[in-house]
Amino acid sequence: MNDPWTQLPWLALGSALGGLARFHAGGWITRLTGSGFPWGTLAVNVSGGLAAGMAWALLPDTGPGALEALLLSGLLGGYTTVSSFSLQTLTLLRQGHPIQALANLTASALLCLGAAALGYWLAVQGIPA
Amino acid sequence: MRLHLAIAAGTALGGTLRHLTDALATGPLGLSPQAATLGINLLGSLLIGLFAGLAGPGGCLRVGTTLYQAVVTGLLGGLTTFSLLSLQSLAGALETGPLPALAGLLLHLLAAVAAAALGHATATRVNRLRPPHHQPPD
Repeated sequence: MNDPWTQLPWLALGSALGGLARFHAGGWITRLTGSGFPWGTLAVNVSGGLAAGMAWALLPDTGPGALEALLLSGLLGGYTTVSSFSLQTLTLLRQGHPIQALANLTASALLCLGAAALGYWLAVQGIPA
Repeated sequence: MRLHLAIAAGTALGGTLRHLTDALATGPLGLSPQAATLGINLLGSLLIGLFAGLAGPGGCLRVGTTLYQAVVTGLLGGLTTFSLLSLQSLAGALETGPLPALAGLLLHLLAAVAAAALGHATATRVNRLRPPHHQPPD
């Protein structure tokens, strides 16, 4: 299970589901907030960071396997995105909103790292000692 | 339905490419996992800037919504990853403290925006060479 080829079908399946979830969750939040600020991508990346922190604490520490490929690399890797973040931050800059671009950059870094730490901490609390 | 299949297929391909690039970078090329993630995220950001510039308003490529979403939301969204980046930053924070990890994450994201800007600037140059034929030149 540890070579990259056997993980591929699981990874592709997880990625496809993650991408669809990002499309719907991101689109829903963007419509809900109805502003030019990319709230959808920010919310997707922060929630993905929270889930990744949890998964990191809960997944068996046996190296990369099918479950890791499906959930972490596939589902959460496909769900979260840096490319949309980059494009949307660039668009904010090009449309003359440098403060919003800087806010998106700072908030993405702070909230995603914080969410991953929170997810890890929450999961560790839940694991019986 | 077609849009959903296109996004699912695009993300599956993007995730697969990320996985194989990561295996190549950390295996034969001997890079650290952090360097591999940076390379993948910079590549995806460069390509999204380029594609959005070429296929967006005023660009020389004419693509429909389905193909645009398959590439931008699917392929390039699936290629890049923020969750692994968050985990690597968290691992760094546990090792070196939160401030160096946060600074590294900010630099990573800043470089990704710069890569998208480079891709977009390249697209703008290509668009000037090949203006869209059914739009009047400005």
